[in-house]
Amino acid sequence: MKPAPFDYHAPRTLDEAIGLMATLDNPKLLAGGQSLVAMMNFRYVIADHIIDLNTVAGLAGTAVIDGRLRIGAMTRQRELEFSADVANYCPLMREALSHVGHRQTRNRGTIGGSLAHADPSAELPTVCAAHDAMVEIAGQSGTRKVPFAQFGAGFMTTAVQPDEILTAVELGPWPAGHGFGFREFARRRGDFAVVGAAALLELGGDKRIKRAAVTLCGVATSPLRMTAAETALTGRALDRDAVQAAAATARTLEPITDIHAGADYRRHLAEVLIRRAVVDAGKRAGVSLEGGA
Amino acid sequence: MSTHGIKLTVNGKPFERTVEGRLTLVDFLRHELGLTGTHVGCEHGVCGACTVLLDGHSARSCLTFAVQADGHDVTTVEGLGGPDGELNVLQQAFRDNHGLQCGFCTPGMLITLTEFLRDNPEPTEAEVREVLTGNLCRCTGYAGIVAAALDAAQKLRAAKR
Repeated sequence: MKPAPFDYHAPRTLDEAIGLMATLDNPKLLAGGQSLVAMMNFRYVIADHIIDLNTVAGLAGTAVIDGRLRIGAMTRQRELEFSADVANYCPLMREALSHVGHRQTRNRGTIGGSLAHADPSAELPTVCAAHDAMVEIAGQSGTRKVPFAQFGAGFMTTAVQPDEILTAVELGPWPAGHGFGFREFARRRGDFAVVGAAALLELGGDKRIKRAAVTLCGVATSPLRMTAAETALTGRALDRDAVQAAAATARTLEPITDIHAGADYRRHLAEVLIRRAVVDAGKRAGVSLEGGA
Repeated sequence: MSTHGIKLTVNGKPFERTVEGRLTLVDFLRHELGLTGTHVGCEHGVCGACTVLLDGHSARSCLTFAVQADGHDVTTVEGLGGPDGELNVLQQAFRDNHGLQCGFCTPGMLITLTEFLRDNPEPTEAEVREVLTGNLCRCTGYAGIVAAALDAAQKLRAAKR
């Protein structure tokens, strides 16, 4: 099918784009278009106005501010894959990007688009959740920052209001040498995950786990922070029992169900994938658990 | 419904047209310019048949609006061969290695591999298979396509020496 008719706008500045959002009826922002245009082609989305962010200056690029990695909303996924800042400050994102779509879609797809689209199975929001990200949102009354825990607002809905624009995301710092792991199960390479797990580990000098972050996609409408798994890991030596205890916290989940998988299967995947992601993170932090995951 | 004047380069030639905002790049190439080599498959970015190079980077032309190509450079499968239709090294490798059967996916495969071999002249088979996950073929089982890609890589390297 073809998209329903709309008026196309190509603002040059963020202020111009915000002005259009505030005055036009039924507008929609176009970032990389790798989800939106597909939905428009199928007429799942019918907008009266398309406001193209590709022509807006200053929305792409990375910067490190006080040890926190800030990524502009229009930064392409492919750029992030090869970004030195991402490799240094958020290697988890680089790992996750290898599961995001295909080279041809990563060439166009943006991080802001991934976050605003908020597919429950998307990888990048799961990374942002693990990194305690702050989402920068601009509107007519200025810019506000929303902690990632408050960013999701139900199925494919976020804290971004209809007249606002997601402009950047800022990732919380983890020290150099921290461990990271991202594992997912998808039916085909490049598909959204059925379930995915992200893990971050910081080990102390005594090799005990100082800090842990574990998040899941594909089990709830927004990325799920597994605080029980984090508690199970923190303060312990990283051994098979600790990994097992963290993974077992998935057993009490009540996952979403859709045509791809039921709740039981997702619960099973969550347990297996947490285990694998934590083992990967451990390996990167310098602790190899023999026998693999 | 808005219309827009656009200027762009396709396969090295400049074009100027007026397009509706909702016209996808693939429909623009096929219907406005008559370049029917780029195929329309799934129209939601999964199959890869519509892959073109946009400023040298592979992109789904079904997920890009023609108006967004204003001021940019597009390469389609028609831009790969010689002026009289001679096959280039990659195209010849597809022919030699049975890299196609029905041919529907072929334009997208060729464009994807053109970008890939440019950036990675010495690919492993695993890397070829990885990049081809973004292009679906329902005939060949991919074996001939992978063989063609590796064959072309080897011939392109030999030609450079």
